[in-house]
Amino acid sequence: MSLFRNPFDSRPGWGCACGRHASTAEHEAGSPGAEELSARALRAAALRALFPKDAERRRFLRAVGRPTAMAALASLFPFGALEAMAQDKGKIERKDVKIGFIPITCATPLIMSSPLGFYEKQGLNVTLVKTAGWALIRDKVMNKEYDASHLLAPMPLAISLGVGSGALPMNVATIQNSNGQAITLALKHKDNRDPKNWKGFKFAVPFEFSMHNFLLRYYLAEHGLDPDRDVQIRVVPPPEMVANLRAGNIDGYLGPDPFNQRAVYDQVGFIHLLTRDLWDGHPCCSFGTRSDWVKENPNTFAALYRAVLNAAAMAAGPENRTTIAEAIAPANYLNQPVPVLEQVLTGRYADGLGNVKNVPNRIEFDPVPWNSLGVWILTQMKRWGYLKGDVRYKEIVQQVYLMTEAKRLMKAEGIMAPAEMPKKIVVMGKPFDAARPEAYVESFAIRKSA
Amino acid sequence: MSLAGKAALVSALLLAICLGAWHVATLPKASADAAMDPEYARLMGLDKPKTDGLPTLAQLGAASWKQLAHPFHDSGSNDKGIGIQLAYSLGRVTLGFALAALVAVPLGFVIGLSPLAHRALNPFIQVLKPISPLAWMPLALYTIKDSAASSIFVIFICSVWPMLINTSHGVASVRRDWLNVAKTLEAGTVRTCLQVILPAATPVILTGMRISMGIAWLVIVAAEMLVGNLGIGYFVWNEWNNLSLSNVIFAILVIGVVGMLLDLLFGALQRAFAYVE
Repeated sequence: MSLFRNPFDSRPGWGCACGRHASTAEHEAGSPGAEELSARALRAAALRALFPKDAERRRFLRAVGRPTAMAALASLFPFGALEAMAQDKGKIERKDVKIGFIPITCATPLIMSSPLGFYEKQGLNVTLVKTAGWALIRDKVMNKEYDASHLLAPMPLAISLGVGSGALPMNVATIQNSNGQAITLALKHKDNRDPKNWKGFKFAVPFEFSMHNFLLRYYLAEHGLDPDRDVQIRVVPPPEMVANLRAGNIDGYLGPDPFNQRAVYDQVGFIHLLTRDLWDGHPCCSFGTRSDWVKENPNTFAALYRAVLNAAAMAAGPENRTTIAEAIAPANYLNQPVPVLEQVLTGRYADGLGNVKNVPNRIEFDPVPWNSLGVWILTQMKRWGYLKGDVRYKEIVQQVYLMTEAKRLMKAEGIMAPAEMPKKIVVMGKPFDAARPEAYVESFAIRKSA
Repeated sequence: MSLAGKAALVSALLLAICLGAWHVATLPKASADAAMDPEYARLMGLDKPKTDGLPTLAQLGAASWKQLAHPFHDSGSNDKGIGIQLAYSLGRVTLGFALAALVAVPLGFVIGLSPLAHRALNPFIQVLKPISPLAWMPLALYTIKDSAASSIFVIFICSVWPMLINTSHGVASVRRDWLNVAKTLEAGTVRTCLQVILPAATPVILTGMRISMGIAWLVIVAAEMLVGNLGIGYFVWNEWNNLSLSNVIFAILVIGVVGMLLDLLFGALQRAFAYVE
């Protein structure tokens, strides 16, 4: 009978989930059909494999909630992967792992893991491959050239849905960073700070499926500009943004650091605003890979996961930021002057207009891929016409963002994982309710899908 | 003074003028003005002399020396010495070029020997020849699914045309008399091809190869910048990333010198196989 006892019940002892029956068996005998029952039994077995200890399982369920746990399990079928993940430090399937990255500070946790030895500690031999642009990252992940990669947070969703590329199921292990982007304008616009006067501007973003694109569009639209008609938004790889700004090809960009600070350092631009001023706590980049790779190499994936989570935990501490800046500055990684990286990571920076600003949360590192972040991204993809028709927001995000896994592994590594998202999603003063995505999309006056 | 001596003198003078203009143009500007907040100046990197734009000659020299002093240093997967980067690029060029030669020379023979093949294939060659090799890159990445193989494919596709056209031209324009002599001596097709046509067409084929190699060396830099595989093009891109113009200029000079050496190599080959009728 124990197989049919509901392991998704976070309460100890006997009793059922709904509370109306004396035992789970009685509860289940009353309601579901045979098919549902066997599916539940399967999932129950999986959950037991994942958490052999009852107390641990209950803690986990309390932390993430029952529906999320069910969804996460469903996304991880077949069970082979689950069982392997349950024996936490199982033998890794492959030692040599190739990871792609774009040389920007968003990738800090996964880059610093190499010089600071986080990968080595997990028994991995990781080769970090610097890559020229996001389209190339997408192709190399899909071509299986990279085992895992630094990705923009919307990319795994877009690739899984087959928007802008062939469809291939992807998984997001962790969010790399939150905040840490900025709108940089050419110095000639230093007296033209009101977006209402920006008609005809040419802007650059790193990729179509990026927070940069969605935040820039959001910001412009809030000021009455239609991003598809009133301005030009081009895709420019981050490293080429400063050169283009200097050449006058673009008026500004919403780009990743260090290239905002680098434009200031090279006296070609100034920081108009930090993206944290638009949405404090927004995600930017993520770390993930193809779902089939996760299923084939569950232990290697878990080991990578642990390495990056530990790195993110170290990066979250403001006192470590200077050390990290020095570790990731060399030509092998970001290839940037240390003073530039330090300004980005510590948040004490020159704005390019003669002021020294102090914004400690200019960039933050909260690795949990909260599902509501993914839902927000999908609403913007719908808003700007990248997605058409009915969107199953929640289901898609639950399949791609491995939120429960992140929390579980963080706990196992002794890293504090909050049960709820630490900050509510409020973009430019407007709160977002992840339970009602369609209404949110409809609430915008300027949108393509009107 | 001999002509060569005069030419050398003019070359040296031109170089001196260029370097002089460079030196004047890049004299360090005034750095932080006194009124500036010292912390702001430090954050902007203005507490030390800093040039905006082109590096000074001294900076270029220092950067070049730093690169040349450790040409084979290996400080990680994304930071290797200029010698290793060059080896990667030359390896790719050699491979793509060799594959192109394997296809172009036999095919060129067929086209040169058979007027039918010439007429049938000509439209395809004329359409495919003017396509920029880099335009193939997205298609190559999508179909070959491997970035290293894609850059080799791009080298292949750009070096195949000059070789193909020159081979067919060289084969087609072998003197009739020689072919007739071979016929009277009852030499078979294979023997005629290998002992009469091939030696006669070799100088033209080598000219095609020389042109192909020149193009391949032009294209590899762009291909590596696009795809980001290790190599001299990647080196340029990585230093552009860091806006380090000294290193970019250094790399440009290296690319020029290596290109010249490759050209000299094929020039020597051409001389070795040249003949007087």
